[in-house]
Amino acid sequence: MSAKRSQNDGGASSRGSHRAGEPTRVVGKPLRKVDATDKVTGKTLFADDLVRPRMLYCKLLRSHLPHATIKNIDLGPALAMEGVVAGLTGAEMPIQFGILPVSQDEHALALDKARFIGDPIAAICAEDEETAEAAIHAIKVELEPLPTITGIEDGIKIDEPRIHDYGTRGNVHKVVNLQFGDVEAGFAEADHVRDDVIFFEGNTHLPMEQHASLAEWSADRKLTLWSSTQTPHYVHRALAKVLEMPAARVRVIACPNGGGFGGKSDPFNHEIVVAKFAMMTGRPVKVTLTREEVFYCHRGRHPVLMRIKTGVKKDGAITGMHFQSALDGGAYGSYGVASTFYTGALQTVTYKIPRYHFQGIRLFTNKAPCGPKRGHGTPQPRHALEVQLDKIAEDLKMDPAEIRLKHLTPPDSVTANYLKIGSMGLGECIRKVVAGSDWKNKHRKLPYGRGVGIACSSYLSGAGLPIYWNHMPHSGVQLKLDRSGGVAVFCGSTDIGQGSDSVLAYVVAEVLGIDPFDIRVVTADTDLTPVDLGSYSSRVTLMTGNAALQAAERARELVAKAVAEKLEAKVNDIVFADGRVFRASNPDEGYSFAKAVQYAEAKFGTIGTVGSYTPPRSPGRFKGAGVGPSPAYSYSAAVVELDVDPDTGAPQVHKIWIGHDIGKSINPLLVEGQVEGSVYMGLGEAIMEEMVYRENRNMVHKIPSMLEYKSPTTFEMCDVETYLIEDPDPNGPFGAKEAGQGPLLPIMPAVANAVYDAVGVRIDEIPVTAEKIRRAMRDKERGREGRFGPTKFPDVDWGDPLVVPPPWEGGDGKPLEEEALKK
Amino acid sequence: MLRLPNFHYHVPATVAEAVALKAEHGPHASYVAGGTDLYPNMKRRQQEPHHVIQISQLRELHEVRDEGGHVRVGAGLTLTAVHQHERIARDYHALAEAAESVATPLLRNMGTLGGNLCLDTRCNYYDQSYEWRKGINFCMKKDGDICWVAKSSPKCLAVSSTDTAPVAVALGAAIEVTSAKGETRRIPAGDFFRNDGIDYMKKEHDELVTSIHLPAPNGWRSSYMKLRRRGSFDFPVLGVAVFVKFANAKGAAAKDAPVEEARVVLGAVFSEPTIVHGAADALVGRPLTKESIEDAAEAAFKIAKPMDNTDYLLSYRKEMVMPFTKRALLKVM
Repeated sequence: MSAKRSQNDGGASSRGSHRAGEPTRVVGKPLRKVDATDKVTGKTLFADDLVRPRMLYCKLLRSHLPHATIKNIDLGPALAMEGVVAGLTGAEMPIQFGILPVSQDEHALALDKARFIGDPIAAICAEDEETAEAAIHAIKVELEPLPTITGIEDGIKIDEPRIHDYGTRGNVHKVVNLQFGDVEAGFAEADHVRDDVIFFEGNTHLPMEQHASLAEWSADRKLTLWSSTQTPHYVHRALAKVLEMPAARVRVIACPNGGGFGGKSDPFNHEIVVAKFAMMTGRPVKVTLTREEVFYCHRGRHPVLMRIKTGVKKDGAITGMHFQSALDGGAYGSYGVASTFYTGALQTVTYKIPRYHFQGIRLFTNKAPCGPKRGHGTPQPRHALEVQLDKIAEDLKMDPAEIRLKHLTPPDSVTANYLKIGSMGLGECIRKVVAGSDWKNKHRKLPYGRGVGIACSSYLSGAGLPIYWNHMPHSGVQLKLDRSGGVAVFCGSTDIGQGSDSVLAYVVAEVLGIDPFDIRVVTADTDLTPVDLGSYSSRVTLMTGNAALQAAERARELVAKAVAEKLEAKVNDIVFADGRVFRASNPDEGYSFAKAVQYAEAKFGTIGTVGSYTPPRSPGRFKGAGVGPSPAYSYSAAVVELDVDPDTGAPQVHKIWIGHDIGKSINPLLVEGQVEGSVYMGLGEAIMEEMVYRENRNMVHKIPSMLEYKSPTTFEMCDVETYLIEDPDPNGPFGAKEAGQGPLLPIMPAVANAVYDAVGVRIDEIPVTAEKIRRAMRDKERGREGRFGPTKFPDVDWGDPLVVPPPWEGGDGKPLEEEALKK
Repeated sequence: MLRLPNFHYHVPATVAEAVALKAEHGPHASYVAGGTDLYPNMKRRQQEPHHVIQISQLRELHEVRDEGGHVRVGAGLTLTAVHQHERIARDYHALAEAAESVATPLLRNMGTLGGNLCLDTRCNYYDQSYEWRKGINFCMKKDGDICWVAKSSPKCLAVSSTDTAPVAVALGAAIEVTSAKGETRRIPAGDFFRNDGIDYMKKEHDELVTSIHLPAPNGWRSSYMKLRRRGSFDFPVLGVAVFVKFANAKGAAAKDAPVEEARVVLGAVFSEPTIVHGAADALVGRPLTKESIEDAAEAAFKIAKPMDNTDYLLSYRKEMVMPFTKRALLKVM
């Protein structure tokens, strides 16, 4: 290879393309998405667009009581109606399922008990949707009401009746108690200790596309399910389990998702029900949820009450942190155990915390089940931490940007809770937004009513462990090279709008020197594609990207060998670029890509390669160490500038500057889209969105509609200035880290901090609404504390902590044995 | 998805035919113009008319006519047409403001002035699907017998949520209706509504709102302010419409002239747009000053009794009556 030539043309070679810093032709370019044309011309087929001959329509009857024993369900009157084909109750599908192996607590249709308003208890399929709808109202249901568990306080205090008969105790689903070092000693050596209680109200994903599924049963007894799901692999497992079918006879195809955000990551009742109906009737069966039903599927942001106690030195250095969280889990487990751990996992990855104690508790309540929403369990604690840091900075008379910059967690380090940090670009993110926003001339210097706030965050680029324990790869890619020159990529990953199909095409195109738009991408089909765990935990670009890279490099090697033989050249003199394979030292000598593949096929037989990815093992060796580790952490910093109307308290966000450490953008346009989308979603959480219930009115969801569940429209959206920080991470494909979730996290605390800068009141509760701001302002006008928020954290029996000494205290990632503890 | 129930759909050619159809099919038939209020309500089974009578095609409902200084605006004008109408935007600024603040451009392109005046009262115990309402065993406005907003209330407390009605009342406009008998009458907007969330209009069921008559512009000023979470499309959870006429009104020269006539009307805090008489008392006979505005706002604040059945805490909605009334009056100062 001629190094000179490579420099001259700025990127002729794709060789070793995954190595950081080398020029690229596809990666890093603002290309359109491979599915963009279909999307904007309306050609994309979402699950609800699918129609099969002789298709039936399904409707679910949902409980109208929040907690009730099911005494009797009589489908008779419904089944007697003209056009009704079949009906189902829970008794016909008694096997439980759930996303986590430790929380197999759901039934396709409630068996003996309904646990929230919206819990499916029976189903009908009929010739048309109107008939199915009418029929579910004809079902005779006898429900006997049970007392309800309305929230965190209830869940802690009221043991009977239990919503589930498993969990830690009563209505406590899970308790976590992890101690890394002696936090009390940390407080003792601090110059200042702050103790804050902060509440983060729940909110939901609100994807534009409502969930829909279509099931078909073939004459040879095979089941196919098309569904709007982010995790076809997990749906595949749940279907096989509940329907008692060999997984080999079940095929799940994830349709393109019209937004997921975590809300389509669980296997759902309706998916199993239509599958069962298809098997019963031999006809295709479709279900499309209403918007209200989507609110009941939920699995969104947990309401979390938090207590955060932090000791600091005069210069802001943290000496210890004690973090407590109580999660209102709703009626089912879902991802809740993981969510609970996540509320304590990532505190340590942004600023140095030498001693850390985390206690978390999740309660079952009679509400729609909570689960993972963009940021999964980490936005709430991040909010509390970043708001408290703003208060600490003020207590210490330090600039909140400076206090953060001074105490960053160093790159290539291990945290107190054994998370392995690789690249770490938070400092540069902070510097960019501080400069861009003119922070130093604004903070505490703007006129009354206008303010700025800063906050930071971090997020995983994929969870280090799978949902169920196994030693197999997290992502697999198969590549097929055809003698026509066509390349097809097969991967189980699901495009939920984030651009994962495009990433596969870009990566393969980069390595093989071809046009990404010539590549055929086949994804999210359990019959055709190798397993990928799904589009959650911001794992896809890193994991499928690495799998695709491996598959493409293996294919490249085969083709390069064949071409080298033909050209009588050395293999490492062969270059792939611009749809050609040629000799680097004499570019005129070479072949078209198609011709090169033909030589390879002649030499090796059919050309197909595979690639897979498994994350590196993390250093933690204690129970609970599985939640938090990731191959790489992204970082973000944001400055928010807003106005608060002094008379009405109404916040108006004008502009947000956000810096995001992406490692390396596979496509900067898509990264910016993810960053801005995160800002938008974060803004909604910050100022208006809330999933609220009427406790004194039978626990009905207060506002299950797009009109009354307030979420910002484009009119409420502010200007955004995005800075992408590129510091390639050795674990990412081409150095890439995640972009889909992390940039949401700093928005809520930055807004709360900016409100304080604007009008001098602390709103320690999300969302930060006009009502709360105005209330705090009025209190302040009357000489009381200008604060809105909870004042105390409930008493909880945490049990004994699992004590794990941090690395700098000689810890090896394992918990201390009882003997050592006694000493 | 939510689907419409089955119904008979009628497309009359004239107003006379429309009202005859309504008389024939009774109180449970419904007129529909843009359908932006009725159809979503039907999908949620809040309203279940078996007969729906389309009126948006009736040309006579689309005219804007000068009648010797008065302006007669057809009830069939879309809200977009209302706020974009040159004369309305110039002489009846508050009406244009109110019309433009309704929902979104797409909905304003369908929704009509008449439809907005007759908008069904709203309540977040009522504006829910049948399945949801089953969870509270329904309410007295539909399928049930209790008001969940205040369980001891003998009447429905659903909220008047129209933006244009408070303005119509403030302006002293009249609403023209035509009945099946062929009679046409003009009802002062201030007498058109009733503080009852179920029976909120004083027209007979067959009567069709055909137009609204706006008083001649002779120096008075008007404005409208609206509280809602999102400026992009929410219903009002507080509306303030004001009308102020100065003595010897001659435009800008009237700055220090005493107020001769004033109306402050609150929307979205009762089941009808409500005139704040105390506010008029505070304003009339004095020049419009910060002090008189403060007094008027205080009077409005005193009478407002929002309930817990819309967005925002009721205490906040009540508190906001002061600044919103002040701002509405400052706009006409």
